[in-house]
Amino acid sequence: MLEEIKGTNKIDEYKKVLEQKNSEINAFISDVFVEGNKEGPYYGIPFAVKDNMNIEGTKTTCASKILKNYNSVYTATVVKKLLEKGFSVIGKTNLDEFAMGSSNEYSAFGPVKNPVDLERVPGGSSGGSAAAVAADMVPFSLGSDTGGSVRQPASFCGVVGYKPSYGILSRYGLTAFASSLDQIGVFSKNVEDVALITDIMKGKDEKDSTTIDFNKSLLENINDEKLEGKKFVVPKFVYNKNADKKIIEHFDKIISMLKSKGAIVDVVDLKELEYSISVYYIVATSEASSNLSRFDGARYGSRTDAEGLTEMYQKTRDDGFGIEVKRRIMMGTFNLSSAYYDAYFSKASKVRKIIEKKMDEILKDYDSFILPTVPVLPPKLNEKLTPLDYYMMDLFTIPANLAGLPAISVPAGEIDNLPFGFQFVGKRYEDQKMLAIANSFEKEIQGEVK
Amino acid sequence: MYRTVIGLEIHTQLLTKTKAFCNCSADHFETEVNKNVCPVCSGQPGSLPVLNESAVKLAVMAGVALNGKINKISKFDRKNYFYPDLPKGYQITQYFTPIIEDAFIEINGHKIRIKRIHMEEDTGKMLHEGDAISSASESLIDYNRAGIPLIEIVTEPDIKSPSEAREFMERLRNILRYANISSGDMEKGALRCDANISIVNEEKGESSKRVEVKNINSFKFVEKALEYERERLIEIMDKKEPMVQETRGWDANNKKTFSMRTKEEEADYRYFPEPDLPILEVDDEFIEEVKKDLPELPKQKQERFVEQYDIPEYDAGVLVSSKELADFYEECAKKVPDGKFLSNWFMGDMTRIMKEREEEVEDLKLTPDHFKKLFDLIKDGKISTKIAKDIFEEVYDGKDPEDIVKEKGLEQIDDDKMLEDMAREILANNEKNVEKYKNGKTNLLGFFVGQVMKQTKGKANPAKVNKIFVKLLNE
Repeated sequence: MLEEIKGTNKIDEYKKVLEQKNSEINAFISDVFVEGNKEGPYYGIPFAVKDNMNIEGTKTTCASKILKNYNSVYTATVVKKLLEKGFSVIGKTNLDEFAMGSSNEYSAFGPVKNPVDLERVPGGSSGGSAAAVAADMVPFSLGSDTGGSVRQPASFCGVVGYKPSYGILSRYGLTAFASSLDQIGVFSKNVEDVALITDIMKGKDEKDSTTIDFNKSLLENINDEKLEGKKFVVPKFVYNKNADKKIIEHFDKIISMLKSKGAIVDVVDLKELEYSISVYYIVATSEASSNLSRFDGARYGSRTDAEGLTEMYQKTRDDGFGIEVKRRIMMGTFNLSSAYYDAYFSKASKVRKIIEKKMDEILKDYDSFILPTVPVLPPKLNEKLTPLDYYMMDLFTIPANLAGLPAISVPAGEIDNLPFGFQFVGKRYEDQKMLAIANSFEKEIQGEVK
Repeated sequence: MYRTVIGLEIHTQLLTKTKAFCNCSADHFETEVNKNVCPVCSGQPGSLPVLNESAVKLAVMAGVALNGKINKISKFDRKNYFYPDLPKGYQITQYFTPIIEDAFIEINGHKIRIKRIHMEEDTGKMLHEGDAISSASESLIDYNRAGIPLIEIVTEPDIKSPSEAREFMERLRNILRYANISSGDMEKGALRCDANISIVNEEKGESSKRVEVKNINSFKFVEKALEYERERLIEIMDKKEPMVQETRGWDANNKKTFSMRTKEEEADYRYFPEPDLPILEVDDEFIEEVKKDLPELPKQKQERFVEQYDIPEYDAGVLVSSKELADFYEECAKKVPDGKFLSNWFMGDMTRIMKEREEEVEDLKLTPDHFKKLFDLIKDGKISTKIAKDIFEEVYDGKDPEDIVKEKGLEQIDDDKMLEDMAREILANNEKNVEKYKNGKTNLLGFFVGQVMKQTKGKANPAKVNKIFVKLLNE
C-alpha cells in the first residue's frame, strides 16, 4: 500500500481522520507535526510514533506524569531514518505508562479505545499505535515490544504488528523499559509495508552497541515463498488450560487450512516455555527498576519539592509514577537485592538462556513457530482484571523476546466479531524468511479465514 | 605489639580525549559548567552507552604496567544508587568480571598485590551552599565530569604501614604518569584513594574491626589519615571499647577522621549485568598493540640511566621518581657529557631550591644550555665549583651562567705571574708558618692556598695556586 501512495501527499487527508477520530479513540497524546525531508522519496506519507521515542522538538511523555512536560533533546535513530526518507510524523501515540501494561489503561493520559469495538481495550502497551493504524489515522506507526507490546495490540486491533530480531533496529532514543528485551516494531495493514519500513530503519547504529549489521532486504524477495512444503511447529503449551477455548478452536481451524495448503504442522513439547512468564517478569522488572532510576526529579521531568534530598526523591517518584510502574519497580528492586539476586535474577537469566537454546534447537528443523498471538480476546475497558490476568496475556508473545527472535502477528479472521491475530516466530536474524512466509499466509489464507 | 593491615581502593581518571561512553570531551578542568554534556552522559531517556576504545586501551595498559593478568573477556555491570551527581541512577562499572586481575607493585622488596583493576565511569561534581547536601540551602551540579572514564585499582591487604601506603600511592602515580594512563593529580581529584585499615594484636591474636577511610586527597594525607586511624584503633583496642565496622571520612582541616556510616547503613547497590553493552573482548593483537605502545616505566628507566649515564643506582632512582625530572635530566644529558655532574646538581641544589620555592619541573627556567655552560666554565677552569654553587640560584632563576660570571667578574684568576706575586707576599707575611711547614707541618699548604682564595674572593684557580705554593716552599 505504501508503494501505491508513494509520491502523493496524504498528510492532510490522514490528519483530518486523526482529528475526527482521536477524541473518541484517544490514540494520540499529541498531534505534533514533524515534517520529513521534502526531497525524500516518501515525502507526503505520514506516520505515528509511540510516545516513548524521542523526537527533538517534541514532548516525549511515556504516558507518565513524571515526564508530562519533558522535551526531547534529540531524535531516535529509527525515526531520524524515516524522516530522511521523507515520511512525516503527524502525532505521538498513547501507551501504557513506560510501556508497562497490556491494555493501555495504565496511561496518565487516559485509556485508548479499540477502534474495532469502542468498549474494548486496544491492547498494550503500544495500544495507541495499533489503534491509529486500525482507525486509518496513519498508514503505519512505530511501537515498542518488550513482551508482546506490538504484537498483542496488533492482534486486538486487527492489524499487522512486527517485532524484528533483537539487534536489527536501533533502540537509541527509545526510552528503555527492559533493555535486553526491548525492540522497536512496526504496525501496518499488511506485511509488505512493515518490511518496507523496517528496511529503511534497520542496521548497525554506532549509538546502540547491541545493534548488528543487517543488510539483507526484507522487501525484495517477499513474494518468493509459498505455504506449500513449509514446516511449522506449535509449542504444546498453547493447548494447556491457559488459553480461551474459542481462541484454540480458531487457531486449530487455521492449522487445518495451512495443512490443506501443503504445509506441515507439528506439535512439540517445549516444557521450558512454561517458565516464560516467570522469567520475563523477573528480568523485565529488574532491568526496569534500574532503567527508571533516572527519573528522580533532579535533572528533568516533574519534581515534587521537599525538605531533604531523600524526601524529594520519594515524593517525586510517588507523585510521578502510576501504580503499575511502581509495582514493577518494587518487584525489580526486590529481585536485584543482594539477598535475593541468586534466587531470582541470576536463576531467571539462566533459564532464559535455556529457553533461547531450546527454541533455537527446534527451529533447526522448522521454518517457524506458530501460535495465537494472544491467549484471550480483547477484554472490555475497566473489566478490572488482576495484574496477573494481564501478565498471563503475554504468555504467547514473551518467548520471542526472551530469545531475541523475530515475530509477527497477522490478522486472521474474527471470533465474536473481534479480530484474531496469528503469530509466526522465526529464526534469529532470518526476518526476511519469516516475513515472506507471513506474506504468503496473508495471500493464501487470510482472505479465507472466517 | 600491633601489626597494621592496610588495603587501598584507588580511583584514577584515564587520560582519554572523550568520555567513557559518549563523544563528549573529557577535559573537565577549567571548562564552563555543564558544557561537556550530551543525552548519554546527562542520562536523558532513551540514550545508550557506547564504550570508548581508548579507555579500554588505557585500562589494559595499566594492567600491563602493573604486571597484571588481562581478562580477554570482561563484562560491564550496573551499580544502582540514587544521588544527584549520578545522572542515570546507576554507575556503569565492572563488578562481576573485571578487565584486569592479579597485578602487583613491588615496594621495599615485597609485593603489594593488586586484586583487580576494573573500568567504570565518574560522577558529576556537586557544590553545596552549606557544608553538606543535608544542610545545604541549595546545591549545584556540574556534569562535565560525569562519564569520564576511571579505573578502580583494588589492592590486597598487603600494606604494612601508613608510610608504605603513601609510598605505594607515589609509586603507583609515577607508573600511571609514565604510561600516560592518568595525570595522577591527587589534588585535582584525578587520583583518589580510599583506605581500609585494621590492626592485629599478635600476642593476643585479636583483630580490630576494619575501617574504611574516605576523602583522602593528597599523598601526605594518605599517611596522616592512616596514622591517625591506626592510633585511634589502638586506643580503642587497649581500652577494650566496643568497635564497629564503619566508613570514616578524613577531615583535612582538623587532621582527624569522622564517622560517615556503619556497615548496617551501607546501600545495597543491586549489581546486575549492563544489558546495553556487549561483552568486552580484547584479543591478543589488541594486547600486543598496547604493549608496543607502552612507554618506558620507572624501573626500566632507572636501569637504563645507570647504564647510559654512568651514575649510581641511587641517583638514577631519585631522577626517575618523577617523569618530568627524568625527562629534563635526559634533555640536559644530551648537552652535558658528564652524567654524575648533572645528577649532583639535580639531586643537590636544584632540588633544594625547588623544594624551598615549592616549584615543579615545569616551572623551571633552567635550561639544558645553562647546565652545559656551567659545565664548560668549570671544565675550562674559568670558575671553581664553589663559585658555581654560589651563582647557581641566579642560574636557577634563568640567568645565563656566562653572563653572571662576566658581570660579576668571577672568572678565575689564571695569571701565573699575579698569583705568584700574591703567594710570595703571603709567605713573606707568614714566616712562622713557613717555618712550621718546613719542619714537617705540610698540611699548612691549605692555609696558604686559602689565603690566596680569600684575597681573590675565591676566583683563583685553586689547583694552580696549590702548585705555585709547593714550588715556592720547596725552593
